[in-house]
Amino acid sequence: MENPGEYPFTRGIYPLMYKKQLWTMRQYAGFSSAEESNQRYLYLLRQGQTGLSIAFDLPTQIGYDSNHPLARAEVGKVGVPIDTLKDMEILFQGIPLDQASTSMTINATAPILLAMYIALAKKNKVPSEKLRGTVQNDILKEYVARGTYIFPIKPSVRLATDLIEYCSRYLPQWNTASISGYHMREAGCSAVQEVAFTLANGIAYVQAALDKGLDVDVFAQRLSFFFASHTNFLEEVAKFRAARRLWAKIMKERFKAKDDRSCMLRFHAQTCGHTLTREQPLNNISRITLQALAAVLGGAQSLHTNSYDEAYATPSEEAVTIALRTQQIIARETGIIDYPDALGGSYSLESLTDSLGEQAQKYIAKIDEMGGAASAIENGFIQREIQESSYNAQKEIEEKKKIVVGLNEFQSPYQKIGRLTKVDSGAREKQIKLLLQIKKERNQQKTKLALNHLKAVAETNENTMPAFIECAENYATIGEICNVLRKFFGEYKENCWKEGAGNG
Amino acid sequence: MKIRVLLAKPGLDGHDRGIKIIARALRDAGMEVIYTGLRQTPKMIVKTALEESVDVIGLSILSGAHLELLMEIMKELKRKELKEVMVVAGGIIPEEDIPLLEKAGIRAVFGPGSTTKEIIEFIQKDFP
Repeated sequence: MENPGEYPFTRGIYPLMYKKQLWTMRQYAGFSSAEESNQRYLYLLRQGQTGLSIAFDLPTQIGYDSNHPLARAEVGKVGVPIDTLKDMEILFQGIPLDQASTSMTINATAPILLAMYIALAKKNKVPSEKLRGTVQNDILKEYVARGTYIFPIKPSVRLATDLIEYCSRYLPQWNTASISGYHMREAGCSAVQEVAFTLANGIAYVQAALDKGLDVDVFAQRLSFFFASHTNFLEEVAKFRAARRLWAKIMKERFKAKDDRSCMLRFHAQTCGHTLTREQPLNNISRITLQALAAVLGGAQSLHTNSYDEAYATPSEEAVTIALRTQQIIARETGIIDYPDALGGSYSLESLTDSLGEQAQKYIAKIDEMGGAASAIENGFIQREIQESSYNAQKEIEEKKKIVVGLNEFQSPYQKIGRLTKVDSGAREKQIKLLLQIKKERNQQKTKLALNHLKAVAETNENTMPAFIECAENYATIGEICNVLRKFFGEYKENCWKEGAGNG
Repeated sequence: MKIRVLLAKPGLDGHDRGIKIIARALRDAGMEVIYTGLRQTPKMIVKTALEESVDVIGLSILSGAHLELLMEIMKELKRKELKEVMVVAGGIIPEEDIPLLEKAGIRAVFGPGSTTKEIIEFIQKDFP
């Protein structure tokens, strides 16, 4: 078997792995306003952290201004609200954009948020080649899980690919997509399905970029992945290894990549929120620890550990700290980091890796036969597969075929949990006030021109990124920008069901 | 007569694993289930409840926007004089918010770990 750092990278993408560089401990967190987030980032930077991770609120993710009727109750709830460039200016005040690495969990509106970031850098005289960071920009999985889509699948994939193309020219250090299995796993799919559906989505993006005439060895190394780390310990370690091996072969054999870096599957991992129980909540710390350990033994490049109180509410400061400490204990106390792919060679792990890889490959072949991931989502295949798995998993728990400690076995009297986080609802009124003020003060003529230009570009095959940047620079709101596209592209409507019609 | 249930996702939250499991379990238990899908306003939900003349409304929220949205739905139901409909909720809803929701007329809140069996029994008890 090959060594760590050798194609097809089953054992890890670097020869020395964590002996040389630890994984990045990247905790995803949302704050209810740009000011509050800015304070938090400045604090983290003073502590020596260079990686910022931004959670946006749902209206920002779905392209509604904070005063839209559908947005009102959600402003600032799961992250920071961004209506215009002004909010980005506040968010990054005092932060040198040429030194920070900024990870943005954003999909349908990824090109718009990145355009705002580029516009801000331009204002601060930072050349775009120096910008470093990541946008999730994985729209396909939004139709299957997570749900922050706006437009139909085809124009959405075009926007995602426009971003990939633009960055390959002007932001060479930017990670253009974080192709995510995490949300599909959380929605209920199995380990095999997670690998298969994620890589199938990856294939769709690579193909779309190639169809635009891009060189695989230029853009492919900026694609990254995001997986869940679940409770079945060995299966999870094997899953990460199998995914790496499979992707390397896909890139080399199918897409003819020549550069090894194009074949390396780099991934972020997160422990599984869905496995956390309300019952005996402190047990969740043990679950999170084991899941984190699997991610590390599986060779993750960065990791988010969940908080033990997530079945109750948005995590408390104390719970978030314990989650981070868990990673630090694994990194500094266990000694695991001295051995790249420490479990490699074990019969159980190797045979699990082989069989997961083979099963995932069969699934991918099936999706290929349907015409690829976009078609498999359009015809509901992936959604049905996930729902079937999630329903069966629930039944297994209720029938005690699967034991969840404290939930269906080893129960003990109910323990209440204290110190929950509350979101300040005053933030919304402030946000709306700022939005209305910016809309009044900006140069209306220029905003209108920029929006009209976007419309004109959308109607052609031209890259939309420059037009988004122009809109951002002229303080068009995220709602205005998306409305231009909604009119032209239309909106995606989930296929819902009524009595026996099947699935959603 | 079959029990008619409307399941809905108010607000912009996209977590639909739970509600889809409930939809299937209630249907398998012999109820008629209508699922609205994501991104429903309180007005849309109440309108559908009226049109479909449902007996039960099940609402799922995991984004933290539950207080405002659920209260609005209860008000809208009152305005349309749909007082007979049984309303239950589920999702990530902190315990301290539950008394407020119950006072507004929500009959039960089913958090993580709830079984489909207890939800089915809770509904069936009201419609013997």
